[in-house]
Formats: sequence, structure tokens, C-alpha cells
Amino acid sequence: MSSTALLFLVLGLGLMAWIAARTRAAAFADGGPRGGATRHSLPMYHGWYVALWAVLPALLFLGVWSAVTPGLINGAVLATPEAAALPAFGMERTAILVEARQLATGQLPGAFNPQAQALAPAFEAEIGKYRLIGTVLALVLAFAGGAYAFTRIRPDFRARTRVERLVMAVLLGASLIAILTTIGIVASLLFESIRFFSFVSPSEFLFGTQWSPQTAIRADQVGSSGAFGAIPLFWGTIFIGAIIAMLVAIPLGLMSAIYLTQYAAPNVRKWMKPILEVLAGVPTVVYGYFAALTVAPAVRDLGVSIGISSASSESALAAGLVMGVMIIPFVSSMADDSIAAVPSAMRDGSYAMGATSSETIRKVLLPAALPGVVGGVMLAVSRAIGETMIVVMAAGLAANLTANPFASVTTVTTQIVQLLTGDQEFDSAKTLAAFALGLVLFIVTLLLNIVALRVVKKYREAYE
Amino acid sequence: MTDIATPNAFVAPDPASTAHATGISDPKMTARNVNVFYGAKQAINDVSIDVDMDNVTAFIGPSGCGKSTFLRTLNRMNDTVASARVSGEIRLDGEDIYASDMDVVQLRARVGMVFQKPNPFPKSIFENVAYGPRIHGLAAAKSELDAIVEKSLRRAGLWDEVKDRLSDSGTALSGGQQQRLCIARAIAVDPEVILMDEPCSALDPIATAKIEELIHELRGRYAMVIVTHNMQQAARVSQKTAFFHLGHLVEYGDTSDIFTNPREERTKDYITGRYG
Ligand SMILES: Nc1ncnc2c1ncn2[C@@H]1O[C@H](COP(=O)(O)OP(=O)(O)OP(=O)(O)O)[C@@H](O)[C@H]1O
Ligand SMILES: [Mg+2]
Repeated sequence: MSSTALLFLVLGLGLMAWIAARTRAAAFADGGPRGGATRHSLPMYHGWYVALWAVLPALLFLGVWSAVTPGLINGAVLATPEAAALPAFGMERTAILVEARQLATGQLPGAFNPQAQALAPAFEAEIGKYRLIGTVLALVLAFAGGAYAFTRIRPDFRARTRVERLVMAVLLGASLIAILTTIGIVASLLFESIRFFSFVSPSEFLFGTQWSPQTAIRADQVGSSGAFGAIPLFWGTIFIGAIIAMLVAIPLGLMSAIYLTQYAAPNVRKWMKPILEVLAGVPTVVYGYFAALTVAPAVRDLGVSIGISSASSESALAAGLVMGVMIIPFVSSMADDSIAAVPSAMRDGSYAMGATSSETIRKVLLPAALPGVVGGVMLAVSRAIGETMIVVMAAGLAANLTANPFASVTTVTTQIVQLLTGDQEFDSAKTLAAFALGLVLFIVTLLLNIVALRVVKKYREAYE
Repeated sequence: MTDIATPNAFVAPDPASTAHATGISDPKMTARNVNVFYGAKQAINDVSIDVDMDNVTAFIGPSGCGKSTFLRTLNRMNDTVASARVSGEIRLDGEDIYASDMDVVQLRARVGMVFQKPNPFPKSIFENVAYGPRIHGLAAAKSELDAIVEKSLRRAGLWDEVKDRLSDSGTALSGGQQQRLCIARAIAVDPEVILMDEPCSALDPIATAKIEELIHELRGRYAMVIVTHNMQQAARVSQKTAFFHLGHLVEYGDTSDIFTNPREERTKDYITGRYG
């Protein structure tokens, strides 16, 4: 029996269990309102309770079974006399086994390797045997589970509570997946980073100023010193994401928030705010194009025209400018929220003193909204330094430690992409460096987010 | 937003409004035939009233009758409400405050306002009081500013309580102190008129008594208008009382007359607590 058919069979059993249990439970009700013990749960819950007992253990078993049987089958096949002729180790042996298995399950029309041909019948026999065992056990489990649950049905049996408990467990599991995945990612980052630090000392990584991750594959290779001082990357990231981008995003974002909250007529605000928010959803690769194809050449030409000979077509300025524009909606919507949260009594108080709109904004609204704005800016910075696409496309790969915005710099995210793309050995210092960079990035953005959220929360509380 | 009939001709008060403006020879502010609309809804209907320096004027009336609305027309705070429209004529020292050449900034410096809920800025006590003098350029040097702040806080009866902590946040004061801080803030720009919209409604009796005492002390130095729901308070602090009902000014006269011998049935019903 194929596994799909088995699956349907188990589900069918579940359905039957549901119907049977529901019918039986419904019969309790016929005893009249007080014709026996009062029924605790609706018949439907009894149905679900029994059906779940019929289906879940069987499915669980099938899952486990299909995970362990390939190993058992391989073991059994290798124990046959035909297998003795196989090469002892390595790729060839594996390839033959795979081929034999495919022959046995009919995925290959004919044999390529005679040894595989010889092994195929053994495979077929073993697979058949294990499948039969699996099917029987699954069906037995389904029956046993269903029968056990069925015998528990009584009018006062709390089926609803149990079904609800399972529903809650499923929901909990769903919400844990994201958290567990994050924990797993962090763990793998940590683990790989530790391996990396066995090649390169943490202090060299964190404070070294030389970045050139090409390690020698052959001993006689030239120009492959392998320096892992990440300061130029940290600097490039900060230069682009926290300095240039913020120089663009903070003033423009703030001004647009001020315009929207204080000056814009309600119908202007009605269409302008959604547009700004939609901008925040433009895929960053689109900004990346724009940075690489339009802004970067313009910036280079500008640099050349003002006499900067080192102006490069991949520059910190181009990437930073575009990233700043990308972040504007982010800053403006945070600032907008914070300004709108300042009580209007504050604004009235200022106007009543004879202050003009701009004085009121500068001296009362912005100071009152400042913590919220600062929080927003920190979130924006954390987004900017984690941003990848724009810098990959426009910032370049040269790990320069320079404050010249027309020069090419590189960032942590760009280097991670660079280190992990293409054919790489997975245990060289070069690839492991990507994990260490990722870990640093993760820690920094996490800290930024935590601090920013606390600031924003504090600020919200101040006016509640 | 405003539409003013004959802005330049000083309209001779019509008989009805003269009746309302009894006994005031030298008014600081005069309102004639004022109507206020919020969109299509009329909130103030043909109100004429005089306010002078020597008397504290109380506005009383049931909730929603337009006391706040009328008060806010006196320093053009209704300008900040997009739907509000004012017609009629309001003069400050004979000068039409809704005239197109009227500088609202100047007007509000001359006609200060204290709100129902204390609304100190989230700045230090000193900065709260210095706010007005700074934006109006009243102090050339730090020492002058210090003097203004001290004088205002003294007048508001707050100096002794806060003199050692001027740099603390204004929002950290108690409610009553905050309200006195707002009064200090209003008088720091040396206004001629102070409008107070239920200044004590968020305060306990002791803080209220302090504010009332303060109003007594400030009387004569500033023309003052106070909106209140508390009849005893109106009787205690004011010399003139105006009773509003449904956007109309029903009765205006000496406080003692209004409370002991109202001319109108509606006034009597209200002050005796028959409705409200
Ligand atoms: N911003 C506004 N937009 C529209 N209508 C308003 C606005 N402000 C006040 N009103 C209306 O104008 C009328 C007068 O309101 P106002 O606030 O002046 O009353 P009030 O006498 O001060 O009442 P209270 O004693 O409750 O403070 C009310 O009917 C109110 O609903
Ligand atoms: Mg009011």
C-alpha cells in the first residue's frame, strides 16, 4: 500500500471514529434532561476527541517510521551477500546504493551500474517488508487509539476540555515556531562564530583594521594573506547606515511628519500619509537599482566635477543617500505618531501664549515628542545597518577605512553576502567569518531595538 | 474665517447691549453682537458684553451653553479650530481684534489664557514661565529674564514653594501648583486681560482656595474673566456675572444682584440649582 493511500486510510478511520463517537454521545442526550448524568460536552466534542485519538498517534508513528526506516533498510540490504562486493567507502558506494534504491522503487527505468542491478531485488524485498510492518502498526495504532478513546465516552466525560487543550497546544506550538527558529539561528551563529574564533582571535576580528578574507587554498598562492580585521566593515556600515542615511532621513522624515501633523489640510494628509507608508513597502532591491544605476554615477560625476579624483562609481554617498530616502517613511511615521501623541492641551497652551505655529513646534511639540522620535530614529538605524540590497548594489566591496563619502566602502551585510556566495568550503575561516559578522550585526541591532522600544514605551507612558 | 461688519466704524451700542453692559464706564474689552458657528451649528448667538479692569467677570451657565466658546473668541483661540467662524465685533481698548491687520501673536500676549486642566509644558519650572517672555523677546539679558520669572512666580503665589527647584520639571508639581504655574506663565508676558476657563475644576478645595485668593490679589492689575460651574466660587471671586444659556447671554450684571435678585426666571432657576 502506498503511503498516500495509508494516509487516507488513517484519516478515513478518524472520520469513522468521529461519526461513531458523535452518534454515541448524542444518544446520551436522549435520556432526557436529567435522564441520567448530565452530559458535560456537546456530541461534536466527543467526536473530535475520539477522532484525534484515532488519527494523531497513527500519524505520529508514521512520521517517525518513515524517518527511521531508510536507515534500517540500508542496513538490511548491506547485510545481504550481494552487498559484499560493494566498494568499501566513499561516493561510489553511496551512488550505487542510491541507484539500487531508485531501481527498486521504480524511479529509474534501467540500471546504469550492474552492481546496483544486483542489489535492487534485495532493496525491493526490504522496502516491501518495512512498508507492510509500518502499515499494519499504523492501522493497529489507529484502531487502538480510537477504541481506547471510544470506551472513555461517558455523559460526564470532559471531552470539550480535552479538545480545547489540544487546540491550545497547537496554537502554542505555532507561536513557538518563530521563537524557536530564532533561537536556533542564534545558536548556529554562535556555534559557527566560536569555530571562527578558533582561527582568528576575537580581538583581531573586532579591532583589526585590515580586511582581506582570501585565505590561501594552496600554500604557494600569492596575495592571499587572509586578514580578518572587521573595523573597516563596521566603519563602512556606520558611515552609510548611521551617518549618511540618517543625515538624509532624520531631517526629511521629521519635516514631513511636522508638515503632516501640523500644517497639512486633512484631505492632503489623507492621501499623503498612506503614500508615504506604501513607500516603506517598496522592495529594497528596487532602491538598489536606483542607487546603482542612477545615483551612483551622478555622485561620481559630482565628485569628479568638484575635483575629487578618487570618486568611485561605487560610493558610500550613493548608497547612504538612497538608504536615507528608503528610511524616510519609517522616521516620519514614528515621528508623526509621537507628535500626534503630545496632548493638544500642550499645543493650545503654547498658542495661548502667543506663540506661532513654528515656535510651538520647535519649542513645545518637538521637545515633548523627542523621546518618541529618538526611539524611532534608533529603530531606523537598526534597519539601515541591517539593510543589504542597496549596499550590495551600490556601496562596493573594497574595505576602505575612509571618511571620504565619494570613496567606495563596504559593509557587514555586503561582506556576508560576498563570503557566502559562490563555491565555498564550509569550514574555512573565510566562510566562518560570515557567521561572526552576522553575530555582531545581530547583537548590535538587537541592542538598538531593545533600547529603542524601551524609550518609546517610556514616552508613551508619560502621556497616559 | 472671520467676517466682521464694518470693522472701522465703532458701532454705537444698541439698547439691548447697553442694558447688558450696565455700570461699566471704562471697558477693557467690548463684544458686540457676537455669533460663533462651528460649521453650520451656531454655538453663540448675538452676545454683547463689556469687561473691565476693576472687576472680575464670571461666566456661568449649564454645560454646553457656549461659555468656553465665547471665552476663546476673546483671544482668538478659536482660530485654531478649523470649523469655527466668528462674526460680530470684539474690541480690546477700542481696537478690533478680528481686523485683518490684527497680529494674533500680539493679541494673545495681551490677552492671556489659563485652561481647565493644568497644562504646563514638559520643561523646567523656570522654562515654563520664561516661555512667553522668550518668544516675545521681553528680556534682553538673563538677569532680566530671572527677574521676570521670579516676579511672575511671586504674583502667582508659587515662588516660595518652588524657588529651590526651578530646574525641576513643571509636570512634577501637584495639580494646584501646576495651575498656579500656568497662571504665572500667563502673567509673565504682562498681559492686560487674563481669561480662565474653569481653572479650579481639576483641583481640591485647598488648591482652589489658593487660586481664588490669587484672583483677589491680581484684581485691578489685570482684567479677568473666569468661567466656572461653581456658584459659590462665582459669588466669591467675581464682581460681575454673565449667565449664558443655549448660546445666548441671558443676564449680565453685578454678581450681588444676579445671585440675590436675578431679573430673569432662567437665571434664578439655574443658580438655585433647578437645572443645569
Ligand atoms: N471644536 C468644536 N467643534 C464643534 N462644536 C463644538 C466645538 N467646541 C464646542 N462645540 C459645541 O459648541 C457648544 C458650546 O460648547 P462650549 O465648549 O463652549 O460649552 P461650555 O459652555 O464651555 O460647556 P462646559 O461647561 O461643558 O465646558 C456645544 O454644543 C459644543 O458641542
Ligand atoms: Mg467649557
